[in-house]
Amino acid sequence: MLGKLDWSAIPFDQPIPLIAGGVVLVGILAVLIWVVVKGYLPYLWHEWITSVDHKRIGVMYILLASVMLLRGGSDAIMMRIQQAIAYQSQGYLPPEHYNQIFSAHGTIMIFFVAMPFVIGLMNLVVPLQLGVRDVAFPTLNSVGFWLTATGALLVNLSLVIGEFARTGWLAFPPLSELSYSPGVGVDYYAWSLQISGVGTLVAGINLVTTVLKLRTKGMNYLRMPMFCWTTLASNLLIVAAFPILTATLAMLLLDRYLGFHFFTNEAGGNVMMFMNLIWAWGHPEVYILVLPAFGIFSEVVSTFSGKALFGYRSMVLATMAICVISFMVWLHHFFTMGAGPDVNAIFGIASMIIAVPTGVKIYNWLFTMYGGRIRFATPMLWAVGFMVTFIIGGLTGVLVAVPPADFMLHNSMFLVAHFHNVIIGGVLFGAFAGFEYWFPKAFGFRLDERWGKLAFWFTFTGFYITFVPLYVAGMLGMTRRMQHYDVAEWQPWMIVAAVGMAVLSIGVICQIMQLVVSIRNREALRDRTGDPWDGRSLEWATSSPPPVFNFAFHPDVRGEDAYWDMKIAAQQQSLEHDVPEYHDIEMPRNSPTGFVCAFFATIMGFALIWHIWWMVILGGIGAFATFVVFAWRDHDEYVIPAAEVAAIDRINLEERRSLVSMAGAI
Amino acid sequence: MAMTATVGHAHADPHHIGVVVEHPGPASKRIVTAYGFWVFLLSDIVMFSCFFAAYAVLVSQTADGPKGSEIFEQRNVAIETVCLLLSSFTCGMASIAADVRNRFWFYLGMAVTCVLGLIFLAIEFKEFADLVARGYGPSRSAFLTAFFSLVGCHGLHVSAGVLWLLTMMAQVFAKGFRADVLRRMMCFALFWHALDIIWVGVFSVVYLLGSGV
Ligand code: HEM
Ligand SMILES: [Cu+2]
Repeated sequence: MLGKLDWSAIPFDQPIPLIAGGVVLVGILAVLIWVVVKGYLPYLWHEWITSVDHKRIGVMYILLASVMLLRGGSDAIMMRIQQAIAYQSQGYLPPEHYNQIFSAHGTIMIFFVAMPFVIGLMNLVVPLQLGVRDVAFPTLNSVGFWLTATGALLVNLSLVIGEFARTGWLAFPPLSELSYSPGVGVDYYAWSLQISGVGTLVAGINLVTTVLKLRTKGMNYLRMPMFCWTTLASNLLIVAAFPILTATLAMLLLDRYLGFHFFTNEAGGNVMMFMNLIWAWGHPEVYILVLPAFGIFSEVVSTFSGKALFGYRSMVLATMAICVISFMVWLHHFFTMGAGPDVNAIFGIASMIIAVPTGVKIYNWLFTMYGGRIRFATPMLWAVGFMVTFIIGGLTGVLVAVPPADFMLHNSMFLVAHFHNVIIGGVLFGAFAGFEYWFPKAFGFRLDERWGKLAFWFTFTGFYITFVPLYVAGMLGMTRRMQHYDVAEWQPWMIVAAVGMAVLSIGVICQIMQLVVSIRNREALRDRTGDPWDGRSLEWATSSPPPVFNFAFHPDVRGEDAYWDMKIAAQQQSLEHDVPEYHDIEMPRNSPTGFVCAFFATIMGFALIWHIWWMVILGGIGAFATFVVFAWRDHDEYVIPAAEVAAIDRINLEERRSLVSMAGAI
Repeated sequence: MAMTATVGHAHADPHHIGVVVEHPGPASKRIVTAYGFWVFLLSDIVMFSCFFAAYAVLVSQTADGPKGSEIFEQRNVAIETVCLLLSSFTCGMASIAADVRNRFWFYLGMAVTCVLGLIFLAIEFKEFADLVARGYGPSRSAFLTAFFSLVGCHGLHVSAGVLWLLTMMAQVFAKGFRADVLRRMMCFALFWHALDIIWVGVFSVVYLLGSGV
């Protein structure tokens, strides 16, 4: 009846996950009760859960990422404490528990923090920068988000019901095969990634189509903001790479569920095939994450330098070059596994070539700043901090791309330090920069600068204190994924790293404080102009937060830096505007499709993990029925009458005129 | 006229590469839908190529089980191929009928497509069932694993296509040739033709090459 599920699935003997799970459960219940009692449920349902507005969906993605960042961060804290004390002792975590933690940490950070964060920012900003009303497929967008949330939910469920994988974040066979991992951990891993992977693919298709087919009048390719270009590159990679992940996980699942022999040791299965497939997805994946961050830095650096981006075309070229090359270097992840010197040499050199376009980008950012009027607002701090940090990470990356060096450093702490260096210094700093930069756009008020700067400095120093010791420990020969060790000279470095983690955590607390303080002072921080940073691209041309339809008219773009040009033109034309003629606007209706789909996907995923077959069928039928019902609807759009559009837009125009006249007066 | 507008703006062509072709604005819904669906199909083809690659890697790993030439039946595969290619033709007829709003030919085209698809699936199912009955199931060897997965994945797609096809017929019945129904029909046709293309790959790589070994 309930498949493999019974009371033994609940880890009564392990206090940590139970307490953590209990606390989270109480928290969720408290929030739910608060929502219901306060009568917010209808508001949540109509305005957020069923919303197909790209801005709302973007915000929900970022919220999901932030919550999961706290979860993944707790795992990181636990690991750092364990390694700080586990010299010649067991530490406080049993080995199999430690293995679950590093697997969950990696999985969560990549799939449920970094991915939703960048996809959320792209969702929020790209249609605005393109001057259009929504993404190409709004309802699908909602489906994509909710499927991602399903994956996150399943991972968290594994904390209290059953267990998570102990195989690392890429679940290498044969360890992940049934014979070595008979529990449900790998199944949790595979199904949650499979489901959220579909969500990611959907988002990728959506954003590719949006950038390629939905640009406002005059927005030629070479006039798109850099963030749109990197979004395009990143989502092209999603469309090309995520199906590989889907296929690979499907093969692993077939091995586990039906006794197939893709990657088994018996009957001719081939483990190296898994390595090739997973890294053919995995290497592009890191560029999927970092390219949007590059785009954010481009926007931030040019805005806060008060200059157009230096070398725009070379930036575009570099972006697309990275997009292509990143697909050709996957093999550097297994130099040590016997492909031979020729193959290793070729892939080593190919890997280093990526440093060229990346270097082009760094120089372009520097030249953008050169001679500019630089304002060190919080987003700019993150951008500059990124440049310093990422250069170090990039250099160590080139180092491990040298096969002989990699033979020394493979699977060592050096590697762990390297990829955190690029992924925190690149992706996470980018996400924070974007968060600070576009927050006023999304919510209509700025974030508190003082707390923001504190958060930056604590995170920045904390980062170095945590990860420089890991480089050293790696050089001293410490390998990754150690539950405990016997080498005395490693321990001091582990202790320093744990201290760094504490400093980092203060950074996180500052960021939470920043949010709290800013919400409390939102009236004082209100941004009425819609253009708090003196921005250059179209998202600043509309009010903050933008109306559902974003723009009353599709803006007419005449050059790079579309909005900057408009501001200059408006000043020169002494603000004389014809009163525009407004038209009705059709917008997509809200739809519960995404939420209902995710509901059935959750049921199906859970049932598959526990082999509850009747429930699988039920979930499948439910999901299909949802699609048919959705396809059956007769009215998928509603009309905003011209008069209402006019009323909303006039306020925005007034604010903007006063802004321009003020700027003209200076 | 367009030229003067461009020249009038100092920022329009900062790099002086000549005449800028002005982008006219967002594309129509029909184009956006078709485009997005194409992108999806490409991603689906990437997924298939993984199974093709796995097949190529594992084809000789028979673990003392049967080889391809011992289990493939050319006659069945030929019938399957004819069914599928023919169904692409009838699907095309149905699309044309939808474009000219002719219900009779639409239903007829779709019905024939459906029947051909079902025949294809039945033959494939029988092939699989026979193999399993002889003890040559997918867990017998890595070669059979790859074979069942690749061919089965295509078969799953065809099954999904049949479900979608029936839904399309019901939609035309209930709602007529509305714009959104027509857009969906276009996507369905693209999907069905893509399955055909993939089958040509399966047919060549698995059955034609495999029978020679
Ligand atoms: C906030 C500070 C962080 C700390 C202190 C930290 C700590 C660690 C440690 C100690 C490991 C290695 C576990 C082991 O091999 O024994 C690890 C692995 C990993 N971390 Fe982090 N992490 C942090 C943030 C992040 C972030 C933000 C990401 C990605 C966005 C990330 C992604 C990963 C991945 C993918 C692994 C590999 C997991 C594996 O070995 O399978 N980490 N982290
Ligand atoms: Cu790589």
